[in-house]
Amino acid sequence: MTELQAESARERVVEPLSVPRLDKKPQRSRSLDLLIALAAFTVLAALPFLFSSKALLDFVIRCSAFGLFATSLNLLVGYTGMISFGHGMFFGLGAYGFALIMQRTGLPIPVAFICTLLFTTVVASVIGAICVRLKEIYFAFVTLAFQMLIHSVILSWVSLTGGDQGLRGGIPRPVFLGVDLSNYVHLYIASCALLVIGLMLMRQIAQSPFGYTLRMIRDNAVRASFIGIDVWRAKLTIFVLAALFASTGGMIMSLFVSGAYPEFAFWTISGEGIFINMLGGVTTFLGPIVGTVLLLILNDTVTRLTEYYGIVLGIVILFFAIGLRKGLMDFAVEWYQARRDAHGPGTMTRPRGGSGNSTEVAG
Amino acid sequence: MLEVQQLSKSFGGVKAADDITLSFADGSLTAVIGPNGAGKSTFFNLITGALVPDRGHILLNGIDLAGRSPPEIVRHGVGRAFQVARIFPSLTVHETMLAAVGADQRRASLLHRRFPLAETRDRAEHAMELLGLAAKRDRIAATLSHGDQKLLDIALALVLDPKVLLLDEPTAGMGTEERWRMIDKVHELWDRQKITVIFIEHDMDIVFKIAPFIVVLCYGRILATGTPDAIRRNPAVIEAYLGSEHLAGEAI
Repeated sequence: MTELQAESARERVVEPLSVPRLDKKPQRSRSLDLLIALAAFTVLAALPFLFSSKALLDFVIRCSAFGLFATSLNLLVGYTGMISFGHGMFFGLGAYGFALIMQRTGLPIPVAFICTLLFTTVVASVIGAICVRLKEIYFAFVTLAFQMLIHSVILSWVSLTGGDQGLRGGIPRPVFLGVDLSNYVHLYIASCALLVIGLMLMRQIAQSPFGYTLRMIRDNAVRASFIGIDVWRAKLTIFVLAALFASTGGMIMSLFVSGAYPEFAFWTISGEGIFINMLGGVTTFLGPIVGTVLLLILNDTVTRLTEYYGIVLGIVILFFAIGLRKGLMDFAVEWYQARRDAHGPGTMTRPRGGSGNSTEVAG
Repeated sequence: MLEVQQLSKSFGGVKAADDITLSFADGSLTAVIGPNGAGKSTFFNLITGALVPDRGHILLNGIDLAGRSPPEIVRHGVGRAFQVARIFPSLTVHETMLAAVGADQRRASLLHRRFPLAETRDRAEHAMELLGLAAKRDRIAATLSHGDQKLLDIALALVLDPKVLLLDEPTAGMGTEERWRMIDKVHELWDRQKITVIFIEHDMDIVFKIAPFIVVLCYGRILATGTPDAIRRNPAVIEAYLGSEHLAGEAI
């Protein structure tokens, strides 16, 4: 209620878009999405057979972990307008949860995977229930506070987590249905599969009726509540869903490094998530993936060339924030549209096929 | 039938709604007028759940809505449009309507299907036709003119099939000609949809022309209720709000 009252007191005039809309036709059919996902997976899965470079596979695995994490953050930031500064805590929880379950119980990997997701659901529900009632900056800071809380628990609970040394000793990887994650190619394929499946699921969330409810909440939460939408419930739902994908990213990371380290739950992970979203752009679904690839390339090349990594990164941030004022994908889509509009009648409308039956329904 | 009983709300020492008791018959058209700060918007905020009343009841067909949340009240059939158009700037007109119908059908949290849902299409279409927005269906809401944004805001309320529609200054910020177009639209909607419409309006020419029944609020209290003629002649209303010009107009 307090949110509503504050909002009605302000009586805001409809502002120009804070999150501009670039995708002119977002309702792509589900089968087309599936096709794209299959193609992407095929290409990724073929890489180890085409190139013998282990560095390349390393790179793709890290991209999978951070790509899932950053895309899930975009569900909050770009789609719902909830800027979380603590999303990285779920990345850390996923990594620690999974590694601990594997080390201590010896459950099959898929079971441990699901247990970690359940654990994340419980934690995210509790934290979300507290945070999603808060508005903008308060939401950002309270999520950050929870992140620091979880980080300090990991640091101080040495008997369980190994403290600042991290969780070492490796992760046992029992073979399950012929999948042996101690085999590097198997691990690589599994990471790619998780990435593609995760992206498919998130794409479905973004394009579902619920995805449009999120867009309405981002645009005008008060209006949304006056057409009968339970804003608090919707925000909590997406907070938990996003946490699950972030947690999956963390699990991939823990398998990749064979352990879990406090840095995975440190606030800088959340910062990197935000930065990836800035780099790639939040107005397209794949923006965060592009951002992930950019950041990791930047990371790998710059750290090799200079020790002043932070300075270079800062300059790049400034370039995107002040120079482009948008992410790379936003920029690319805008450029493409401007070019296309220059060839046809360019208006603000979104031309579609017919008039009456043009809306695709892929129900 | 919407009945408001002894509705009261104070902000500190200010009584924004003071013991308001009113009833609105089904299918009636009522104008709420009053000077700035009379409590008109507060009255709307109380009915729609944006504010919780300190005291009193809001009965819609016998169900008490007082103190319930806005989504709940909306689902009971009270739709609302705002003084400053509240729309979803990044959605197109069509998407806005489709999403609103989806919300009304309790399908706003579906995850396993794709937007838009086939079953929302007809009603969305109907609402756009009704408000004359069909030709602008693919326009992104932020790029619409002020008047069209107001229409879209009303369409958002109307698409939910409300029993009662509250319009907070539907003509605010419009030029004279646009104003009349809007108010004709409101009148037409009321006529066609057979719903209860309550609207706040500052332009007395409009109020006296189209509202069969008028409520005058002042300092959170009901100053007078009645037909346009009775209101125009009411000495208390003239003194507090109208001045003598509308009486003079009638004499000529």
